[in-house]
Amino acid sequence: MKNRLKVLRAERDWTQARLAEALDVSRQTVNAIEKGKFDPSLPLAFKASRLFGLPIEEIFQYDD
Amino acid sequence: MNSATSDSGGIAARTRQNTLRLAWWTAAWVISLAIAVFGPEFVWDSKGISLVAILVNVAAGIGMILANKRHLDGLDELQRKIQLDAMGIALGVALVGGLAYSTLDITDVISADAEIAVLVMLIGLTYLVSVVVGQRKYR
Repeated sequence: MKNRLKVLRAERDWTQARLAEALDVSRQTVNAIEKGKFDPSLPLAFKASRLFGLPIEEIFQYDD
Repeated sequence: MNSATSDSGGIAARTRQNTLRLAWWTAAWVISLAIAVFGPEFVWDSKGISLVAILVNVAAGIGMILANKRHLDGLDELQRKIQLDAMGIALGVALVGGLAYSTLDITDVISADAEIAVLVMLIGLTYLVSVVVGQRKYR
């Protein structure tokens, strides 16, 4: 699964640590999601969606 | 998302607190086990005292199990996955390795008796290595 977390974070000038704190996950988890090593659960994806004020599909795209 | 565990600051502080609690309970369990095992040998000569020591050890063990559960509940989903993977591998190694080790003893391929302590060490080391590998994988 691809995602735009890194871009969205950069647009807001947030560090991984700050995003991790906002999502209540570890910085390692944010890093792993950004690098595509780990796919977040649906609740975490919704949390990111709410945080960035964007629909989930604008943040996460399923990679066929 | 994880309301049962989001009660005390950020995840880092929460994990640190839960890990410390788990370490204390683990230390209590190990010390109480040592007392229960070596007490009859060096300190007392009473089955009643041994029974009390074993009950204290079991109580500490229950505390350790609950602290471990709380520790796992406090982790985020990636950390929990790393722990789950490690536990799965450790369980598999314990099952396969433990039974193979026991069979070596039963069939007299090895001269020494199979000791449960060897299995416990194998599980511990497998779990430790698996967690380290998991942490590096998602770094």
